[in-house]
Amino acid sequence: MAYKKVSKKYNGKISEVVIGTGDKATAIGGRNVLPLHTFDGEAGQAPKLGLEIVDIAPTDWIDAFNGIYGDVCNDAAAWAKLVEEKYAPDFIYLRFEGADPAGQNKSAEECAELAKKVAQNITLPLVVGGCNNAEKDAEVFKAVSEALEGKNILVLSAKEENYKAVGAASGLAYKQKVGAESAVDINLAKQINILLTQLGVNKNDIVMNVGSAAVGYGFEYVTSTMDRIILAALGQNDETLQMPIITPVAQDAWSVKESIASEADAPAWGPTEDRGIHMEISTASACIASGSDAVILRHPKSLETMKTFVQGIIG
Amino acid sequence: MALSGIEIFKLTPRTNCKECGFPTCMAFSMKVASGAVEIGKCPHISDEAKEKLSEATAPPMKTITVGTGDAERKLGGETVLFRHEKTLVSRPLVAVQFADSMSDDIIDAKIANVQKVDYERIGEQMNAESVSVKFDGDKDKYIKLVEKVAALNKVVVLVCDDVAVATEALALVKGAKPVLVGANKDNINEMVALAKDNGAVLGLCADTVEEMYSLVETAQAADYKELILNPGTASMAKTLENTIEIRRTAITGGDRVLGYPSIVFVNDLAGGDPYLETALAATYVLKYGSIIVLSDITYAQALPFFGLRQNIFTDPQKPMRVEPKVYEFANPKEDSPVLLTVDFALTYFVVSGEIERAKAPAYLLIPDAGGYSVLTSWAAGKFGASVIANMVKESGIEQKLTVKKLVLPGKVAVLKGDLQEELPGWEIIVGPEEAMQIPKFLNEFK
Ligand code: B12
Ligand code: SF4
Repeated sequence: MAYKKVSKKYNGKISEVVIGTGDKATAIGGRNVLPLHTFDGEAGQAPKLGLEIVDIAPTDWIDAFNGIYGDVCNDAAAWAKLVEEKYAPDFIYLRFEGADPAGQNKSAEECAELAKKVAQNITLPLVVGGCNNAEKDAEVFKAVSEALEGKNILVLSAKEENYKAVGAASGLAYKQKVGAESAVDINLAKQINILLTQLGVNKNDIVMNVGSAAVGYGFEYVTSTMDRIILAALGQNDETLQMPIITPVAQDAWSVKESIASEADAPAWGPTEDRGIHMEISTASACIASGSDAVILRHPKSLETMKTFVQGIIG
Repeated sequence: MALSGIEIFKLTPRTNCKECGFPTCMAFSMKVASGAVEIGKCPHISDEAKEKLSEATAPPMKTITVGTGDAERKLGGETVLFRHEKTLVSRPLVAVQFADSMSDDIIDAKIANVQKVDYERIGEQMNAESVSVKFDGDKDKYIKLVEKVAALNKVVVLVCDDVAVATEALALVKGAKPVLVGANKDNINEMVALAKDNGAVLGLCADTVEEMYSLVETAQAADYKELILNPGTASMAKTLENTIEIRRTAITGGDRVLGYPSIVFVNDLAGGDPYLETALAATYVLKYGSIIVLSDITYAQALPFFGLRQNIFTDPQKPMRVEPKVYEFANPKEDSPVLLTVDFALTYFVVSGEIERAKAPAYLLIPDAGGYSVLTSWAAGKFGASVIANMVKESGIEQKLTVKKLVLPGKVAVLKGDLQEELPGWEIIVGPEEAMQIPKFLNEFK
């Protein structure tokens, strides 16, 4: 008997979404093969890697980040510039934690002002995140989308609770790209995409965040949700699931004990920073192998490693 | 691939003697094909036909046993490519790589790491199950090294394509069901004979799937099926492609020639970069690695790897739960706090571990929350104020207490108001968000 190759051809294709403008614009998605199965067909875009910065100096990041960024954390515009010049990710993720009504409660206008300064300081595409308060995020995204009209940013994200406001402002009025967020469930992912497209947002302007978890903390649901979404998108040509996936790995990976427990708390485990980096890299590569077309990272070493990984494994 | 009713019919004598309890051989065959009846119910079926049938219904991928005694592990035996289709059955093993070219200091440091990284996670022991010993040219040193690491009582993988050296090395671990990785197109016949003689699982090495296919055929022609496939280290991309092609040729293509587990030398692919090893190791947990070889093991690498592996190789049909009840820590008394959490095994494992670390007396109250995490069960309506209040009453905990203090997981702080109403006489306290803050919280608690 002779070896017979079992290649897989799919009818469906993940759409390709461009964020940013000019030379540094970056495209996400565009493949008609399973993740990392570049040898099967149209490989599309290699997974894209973003680095996270925050509008206010983060208080819950491990000390090591102080050593890496120091005072620049107090000035998001300078921080973004440093990240662009020194670490060169594919995009920068600016998260507005300071908008949280339970925290600093910065106004949407203040956020927009800052977003403008950040955007002026960089050429890389900008992805904007909120404070996880659906109502406030809708206000912030609207103001930021307006202030950055023409910059082709991606806002993360519209959820069931605020998709109308976010879709109408970011997607329709200011022509930005819209994230569609759901909680680890193929049907919910489908539903939010449908809701956004019914609102009038173009299918090709949507990027999904289908939920995430750190490895070891419910990641099996994340991987299976992505597997099922991608098999439906490619195999069944399900148009309501053909948006590329972006996964904010950083927040989950850097909140579990493995990544943040001090050496005093876990003496056998070794240096905290090293544990966090491994946790972040493991989660990011598991997401990419499961179907993420872009991931958001926090540590520059994770970014550097994931660049080598993506270059090597895509071939 | 399973046989059809017609194919099975051709294996019967076609006499319609009815001894099987069916009116015709055809009717019987249809039932066998659907899995409702055993072929053995027909007394006239030849042994040869039975074997043909059992081979045809065997899973597409062979299960290979490596190691013996406490070190014994099963590899392969998978029937699907994705875990949502059916449970993945054999978790990949970690092997730490040794070689005769390494200094004694490095070897001893690695041995110390292999022994040190050994811990429990949700009721399962996590450690590197295997050691891999590579022959780099110094035979005497190699033999001594094999002897030394074999004493660790792990699955031994010998990486050696020199037949004479492999013969000597295997003699040291004969009977322990080791793996010998080193058969290639130049030495396949001698290697098969050697593996057979020593009861070793033979690792076949090829940089292309075509070449691998013919190596397996050669081994099988010599009647040897205790095999594991090494997809090479040509490049990160090529190795992954080979690994995927091999697995799906067996599972999707139903071609059992490639239906064997894999061994992936992630250490070589990463060229000594431990971070890159972590990225590749995670990829191979998801994409079909059976033994994943690392250059060393530290807690920093082990914690995410084993966490991911445990997640992926759980049964998707069966949530991991603990019994809803009151758990006691450090002999709690009538004024000890009652901590609240959910019946999800992972959450229980994390929270109980932290309470133990605090060494402070406490109760842990767990209602039936559907086996979900704190926020999931809350979002699903299974961890609301009335569920919790009922559990407080039904558990009888109140009778043990003179001071009633209930500590909520920080993530469900919103429950405080409702619980205060449902549980008059209790003080409801919002605890920290992350379990790792429990020791500090409990030690400052009054
Ligand atoms: C895996 C997962 C699922 C799995 C369930 C897995 C399981 N057995 O629980 C599935 C896919 C089934 C699921 C379903 C749903 N999910 Co869900 N899910 C997750 C996910 C990705 C991980 C959860 C997890 O395993 N965490 C790990 C455990 C250990 O965490 P934990 O229990 O909270 O414990 C920690 C702390 O709370 C603390 N702690 C615990 N107990 C105690 C006690 C005390 C005293 C203290 C001090 C501390 C403490 O210690 C632990 C570690 O620090 C999260 C997102 C995420 N990244 O966290 C979403 C998430 C929890 N899910 C969410 C939702 C909305 C749902 C659904 C309602 C939506 C849906 N898919 O239909 C359903 C509900 C279930 C149902 N069928 O009706 C939301 C909840 C949003 C909210 N804030 O309310 C989340 C946050 C996702 C999101 N971003 O939207 N989910
Ligand atoms: S016992 Fe065997 S031979 Fe007789 S009817 Fe049944 S299948 Fe046919």
